[in-house]
Amino acid sequence: MEPFTTLTGLVAPLDQINVDTDQIIPKQFLKTIKRTGLREGLFFDWRKKQDGSPDPEFFLNQSRYQSASVLLTRDNFGCGSSREHAPWALLDQGFRCIIAPSFADIFYNNCFQNGILPVVLKADEVLALMKQALGTEGYRLTVDLANQTVTTPEHTVYRFEIDPFRKDCLYRGLDSIGLTLEHERVITAYEARRKREAPWLFSDIPS
Amino acid sequence: MAGKTLFDKIWESHVVREEPDGTTLLYIDRQLVHEVTSPQAFEGLKLAGRRPRRPAATLAVPDHNVPTTDRTLPIADHISAKQIRTLEENCRDFGITFFGMDDIRQGVVHVIGPEQGFTLPGTTIVCGDSHTSTHGAFGALAFGIGTSEVEHVLATQCLVQKRPKTMEVRVEGTLSDRCSAKDIILAIIGKIGTAGGTGYVIEYTGSAVRALSMEGRMTLCNMSIEGGARAGLVAPDEKTIAYVKGRPLTPPEAMFERAVQAWRSLKTDQDATYDAVVTLRAEEIAPQVSWGTSPGMVLGVDQKIPDPRTIVDVKTKSATERALTYMGLSPNTPITEIKIDKVFIGSCTNSRIEDLRLAASLAKGRQVAASVHAMVVPGSGLVKQQAEAEGLDRVFRDAGFEWREAGCSMCLAMNADVLQPGERCASTSNRNFEGRQGAGGRTHLVSPAMAVAAAIEGHFVDIRHWS
Ligand code: SF4
Repeated sequence: MEPFTTLTGLVAPLDQINVDTDQIIPKQFLKTIKRTGLREGLFFDWRKKQDGSPDPEFFLNQSRYQSASVLLTRDNFGCGSSREHAPWALLDQGFRCIIAPSFADIFYNNCFQNGILPVVLKADEVLALMKQALGTEGYRLTVDLANQTVTTPEHTVYRFEIDPFRKDCLYRGLDSIGLTLEHERVITAYEARRKREAPWLFSDIPS
Repeated sequence: MAGKTLFDKIWESHVVREEPDGTTLLYIDRQLVHEVTSPQAFEGLKLAGRRPRRPAATLAVPDHNVPTTDRTLPIADHISAKQIRTLEENCRDFGITFFGMDDIRQGVVHVIGPEQGFTLPGTTIVCGDSHTSTHGAFGALAFGIGTSEVEHVLATQCLVQKRPKTMEVRVEGTLSDRCSAKDIILAIIGKIGTAGGTGYVIEYTGSAVRALSMEGRMTLCNMSIEGGARAGLVAPDEKTIAYVKGRPLTPPEAMFERAVQAWRSLKTDQDATYDAVVTLRAEEIAPQVSWGTSPGMVLGVDQKIPDPRTIVDVKTKSATERALTYMGLSPNTPITEIKIDKVFIGSCTNSRIEDLRLAASLAKGRQVAASVHAMVVPGSGLVKQQAEAEGLDRVFRDAGFEWREAGCSMCLAMNADVLQPGERCASTSNRNFEGRQGAGGRTHLVSPAMAVAAAIEGHFVDIRHWS
């Protein structure tokens, strides 16, 4: 996984609440057995007008947001299905950081597994940034994971909270499975104890 | 010392290791796997040269992509076929039990887990699927995870977690005639909102919950995720034990009594407290119908479509306007005047035998309206077999419903069962997001009883007064 340290990037604003993973990446793109190449499915239904032609109003169809790496959005982003295809598609589009007042749980987890930093800011802070990003061409933010800050071009600094363990994994780009496997002996000891307490949990599934 | 909640008891018995900051390595007893969210996990294992730690703790089944029409024909969609084949190959390579499409035990992953006795009280269960919350009906801590975590559990049988908060949702009293668990959960989501449960595990309590069958409890826990909670729980009781007993994967005879003893202690202590409490009266719950594009946009069938002009909050106002445009609905329309084109009875929310029995009892001797296309998709091959043994398929067919093979089907329309743009569907599934059942399709979430009545009348009706 790619480490996340600091990022100064163009901001793409998606001014909508409750954006669900069915919208981020519709089901027809879930048939893949790969993690890559999901960009064409990102917000697929929202990119088109009724007649199937590209909708120039949709933010990601506008040339000014083409190289954006920071997605700015509203409450409860990523709700719905657990599909990790959602962060994969966002990453494929170039987003490394998503800023919102709140995220749905599973999506929030999935971001960390893929080197994406989800930043929770206060609703009024997001609102202020949203105004700026919508009104200012080429609006960029600097996101600093070590210091847990988001800095605007006007030098306003917003602080965000993040779980220390997750921060560390993301900052160093650690393989989380490898980390867990370092506790192999503890896991084995747990299993041995548990097998005595609840042996029925260890009977094999007959195929 | 303060007492413990049901959640505390399950959580604490699964802690492998805890860091000073509370980051916990949690042991996972069971994993369910389906074709859509697993290929990249198996690929990851292969690339890293890792093997599953306990292949026997995992059960795999294809459900999302499978056709619900004649199974003897090859799958028309090659990409779907490939994904299903990939699952089968991965299971073979890694020694994981796999129920293929020609296996009578195949079905929606959250239907077959309980059906096989794979889902047990007091366990931790995960699946790369948000509706894993369903299994909480047995007093199991069950939640959905992403594909990277699927790989993590395969490789280590553990997950790194932060302890969630607990919420009690207490429903006291008696439901109105023909109202069901689906109406309870939709009413709860209407009350707490789609993010109301974020960060919490919900425990459902109260006399109305205790009165529910295991099937009803599964419906209830299933949609915990639509309320933002990753997991829902109901404490196991005699109904749970009776349901679990004698299923293929339940504890062997020799250990069963011991397991039952352990399960009897799985309840919240009298002096335990929750981080949040929500209460509802069952009598006050009308049959529910969702009208918008988020499960929280839901009302009693006796209500009218909301009017954005009367909404003060700007965010809610614009979300309402957008939803009404998408749904093709005008403000203040009585819900009973909404006409429908399609009816879908199925999904991991409402496709179990009890749902089908209830639906059939209402469909018996009646006819689906000429303007409506209706289908019934059983949750598993075994549910289908049971329904056919009871003659339910005949009842449905005679009434004009299509009778299908088991799978997710039009719940998410990954197979050929899709709504056309603008089509309006009364669906017993769990999500009404834009395009969920097909691009441009309009979904109204309802209970099986409401779906049958809508199929027959061609529009929503208040089933409490429907003769
Ligand atoms: S029935 Fe629907 S909600 Fe349930 S697992 Fe299948 S697609 Fe998901």
